[in-house]
Amino acid sequence: MTRFLHSFMDFLRLLGHETVNRVWRLGYGSRFFFAVLFRSGASLTRGRLILREIWFSGVLSLIIILISGLFVGLVLGLQGYEILQRFGSAGALGTMVALSLLRELGPVVAALLFASRAGSAITAEIGLMKATEQLKAMDMMAVDPVARVVAPRFWGGVISMPFLAALFSTMGIFGGWLIGVVFIGVDDGIFWSSMQASVDFRHDVWNGILKSFVFGVAVSQIAVFEGFDSEPTAEGVSRAITRTVVTSALAILALDFVLTSFMFRGIS
Amino acid sequence: MQAYRLLLLSGLHQLRKFTVDDHLVSIENLCFDYGGKPVLRGIDMHIPKGRVVAIMGGSGCGKTTLLRLIGGQLRPTSGQVKVAGEEVSALGLAELYALRRRMGMLFQFGALFTDLSVFDNVAFPLREHTDLPESMIRDLVLMKLQAVGLRGARDLMPSALSGGMARRVALARAVALDPALILYDEPFTGLDPISLGVIGHLIRRLNDALGATSIMVTHDVHESMQMVDYIYFISAGTIVAEGTPDEIRASRDPFVDQFVQAKADGPVPYHFPAPNIAADFGLTMDTGALA
Ligand SMILES: Nc1ncnc2c1ncn2[C@@H]1O[C@H](COP(=O)(O)OP(=O)(O)O)[C@@H](O)[C@H]1O
Ligand SMILES: [Mg+2]
Repeated sequence: MTRFLHSFMDFLRLLGHETVNRVWRLGYGSRFFFAVLFRSGASLTRGRLILREIWFSGVLSLIIILISGLFVGLVLGLQGYEILQRFGSAGALGTMVALSLLRELGPVVAALLFASRAGSAITAEIGLMKATEQLKAMDMMAVDPVARVVAPRFWGGVISMPFLAALFSTMGIFGGWLIGVVFIGVDDGIFWSSMQASVDFRHDVWNGILKSFVFGVAVSQIAVFEGFDSEPTAEGVSRAITRTVVTSALAILALDFVLTSFMFRGIS
Repeated sequence: MQAYRLLLLSGLHQLRKFTVDDHLVSIENLCFDYGGKPVLRGIDMHIPKGRVVAIMGGSGCGKTTLLRLIGGQLRPTSGQVKVAGEEVSALGLAELYALRRRMGMLFQFGALFTDLSVFDNVAFPLREHTDLPESMIRDLVLMKLQAVGLRGARDLMPSALSGGMARRVALARAVALDPALILYDEPFTGLDPISLGVIGHLIRRLNDALGATSIMVTHDVHESMQMVDYIYFISAGTIVAEGTPDEIRASRDPFVDQFVQAKADGPVPYHFPAPNIAADFGLTMDTGALA
């Protein structure tokens, strides 16, 4: 009986410890977020630093984003046509493809891909710089690592994300058109005009861009924080990379639900 | 040319500032612990300008910790560290960075930026802290690389360098801004005898050429004896012996004797603290035979 009580107490202690740790880390992460924002001045005025990061996280993610966008569009075209033609409204294929991409799939899938392609690379880079004392060396040279290493990577990610999401949606719409119009034979004019008639710029396009911006902030922040906070060992860095991908995915999906419920509730 | 002169003048100005206090680094009753585990307990050091000083002690005795306290990356638990008359732990970030601009530090493993070439590594501090035109940065960088004998390696990436070469590049980077105080963390570790001699020479030459002060943390007795002005021995968080190389050679101190002669056992125990050996091996009787 006392034995049971003891292990129960141990369990409670562990639970409390874990909870306190999580809360502590969340607080630390938020403080880090504001530190990055406050110390962004230097990198924002030195455009070349951010351009380099846009190259690494944005431009080098283009291929995976474009190809995935195309395939998602192809699938949407097939599935969409199959469902819509049951109701005799295959003409709405353009609307369906465009709306699902602009509102949801574009921002969400692009952000998920971005987290695993660029987010993990950012975490690995910063984590390895920490493990090999490069960050400490920089700090001893009177150069702030948060301003010089972290902030440019954060902004590089934030700037890249909306463009990647937009390109993803564009490729997806092209893929949907390819399947629907070229292969299946939906009328070209109807495909585009139904899309034009039902896609609202502010409501659909703008909200999609806003979503991808929020995801960009979340993923970039998670990636730089996990890298900066990683344990300075090979094992620690690898764990940090895993955490970046997992936490980013959860954050993207949760934020997507919250944003969607504000942006699209009950309208049209 | 104007910029050169400005650089020179500001250097002179800094030197004059340092002469106000004839000790460039003063450490008084310095204590430090990592989360309750004491590492340093009451260190006193006074390092005059222009000297090369070695701090010796076994691995894990807190040498790197001491350097990081001097550089302001750690805060003392008690006691104080003064560099150029300023108490390091009392400085705000801006003042601390201003002080560090006049310090150079060579890290134990070089800590070169792996995404930058040798040239860009050495140019890094210049580009971050000065507005010099690129042509002048090029001249300065090549001068520093020439001093460490690696002018021809400027386009290599750090991954293509041997250990000794990486250490020399890191050294060139550490002195890129002509610092008044240079900190070396185990500059000799892991080097072959030739590179070891080269680095030893460089440290002395750079110190004298720059009119700087150097603090070198090491456990290489013989190499350092030939090139330093003063030696401190640290054990168990305190200074157990100090003196000029001649005084150290003549010393009868058991600790110095153990260290200089590389004896396995002495005041520094060979064994890490452990439970009773008999109990550890599960022997309950006849412990006398093992002890
Ligand atoms: N970040 C840290 N957290 C806890 N303990 C540490 C940390 N860094 C070093 N130590 C401990 O402090 C002691 C001194 O470390 P260090 O200054 O690196 O020794 P040295 O450079 O002389 O080999 C060691 O026992 C080490 O285990
Ligand atoms: Mg050390």
